[in-house]
Amino acid sequence: MSPRFLPERDRDIYRDATAMSIGICIVGVSFGALATAAGLPWWIPVGMSLLTYAATSQFAMLAVVLAGGGLIAGLAAGVLVHLRHIPYGLAVGDLYWGRWWTRLLGTFMLIDQSTAFALAAGADRRRAKTAYWVTTTIMFVAWNAGTLIGVLAGGFIPDPDVFGLDAAFPALLIALVLPSLKDRDTLLAVLAGAAVAVATAPFLPTGLPVLVALLGLLATWPRRGRKAASE
Amino acid sequence: MTMAAVLALAVGVFLVRLAGPVMRSRITVSERAETLMKRSAIVVLGALVVTNALFVDGGFAGWSLPAGVAVGGLLAWRRAPVLVVVIAAAATTALLRLAGVA
Repeated sequence: MSPRFLPERDRDIYRDATAMSIGICIVGVSFGALATAAGLPWWIPVGMSLLTYAATSQFAMLAVVLAGGGLIAGLAAGVLVHLRHIPYGLAVGDLYWGRWWTRLLGTFMLIDQSTAFALAAGADRRRAKTAYWVTTTIMFVAWNAGTLIGVLAGGFIPDPDVFGLDAAFPALLIALVLPSLKDRDTLLAVLAGAAVAVATAPFLPTGLPVLVALLGLLATWPRRGRKAASE
Repeated sequence: MTMAAVLALAVGVFLVRLAGPVMRSRITVSERAETLMKRSAIVVLGALVVTNALFVDGGFAGWSLPAGVAVGGLLAWRRAPVLVVVIAAAATTALLRLAGVA
């Protein structure tokens, strides 16, 4: 058994996740500050970050409610942008589907980054598990710390866009997804899916285009029979 | 907004997260199904990249954002470390905005 307290072999995961967390923290600050500036009591944004732990859903609900859309519409928007986590759970769900408490925690902590980091580990199950838990734990701390700072900072609302943080997230996903694209079928499906998402994004509510992108899987349909035959 | 609304969102989001693994555990997952599920997640992540890079609230995001993402993508393709990719993307977008590009 190697010592668990010295993460020598997965050092890159810890390093990358920690670096990511700085960006998440700043986005968290802006979430906490926005909610507070809108007149919400401190425990609303803090409670949301702690219990929901889903940045896009929280922002979506906040935006709808603050625009006067009502709670039900806000709730619907929050859940809608979250639906992409169904395919995530299908893909990486087995990594934490052990004891009841790892199921509970793992489910609660399923996010874009933990999914992407786990998938980037490829067939290495041990590394995928480590990547999942390490990234999501670090992000959880950063997100909640950021929200708290934002609430305490009161009137000061940082704009994450000034730091280009909105570019950091998709760039991270590219880096993590790229190894999977060596597989020709996956590459085809991703390209087709991306095209569908871009074509539908101007018309569909946020959250749906990335799901409609799953139609891209059809791009690999005729190839499957031939591939199965050659294996 | 009330605490009940906060809890409702938390429950809704949790149920969405729960759906995947529960569906998974109900079936015996063949190797092909495993490949397909992994591929689906990659497709969604890929779509998230392009929509996040090009659109803000359903409209075009402006050039600085996709430019930064493209720089990051190029570096990732050249096998730069993840950290370099992310910092270069953010820096490119931030500098372009500083220079007045939308």
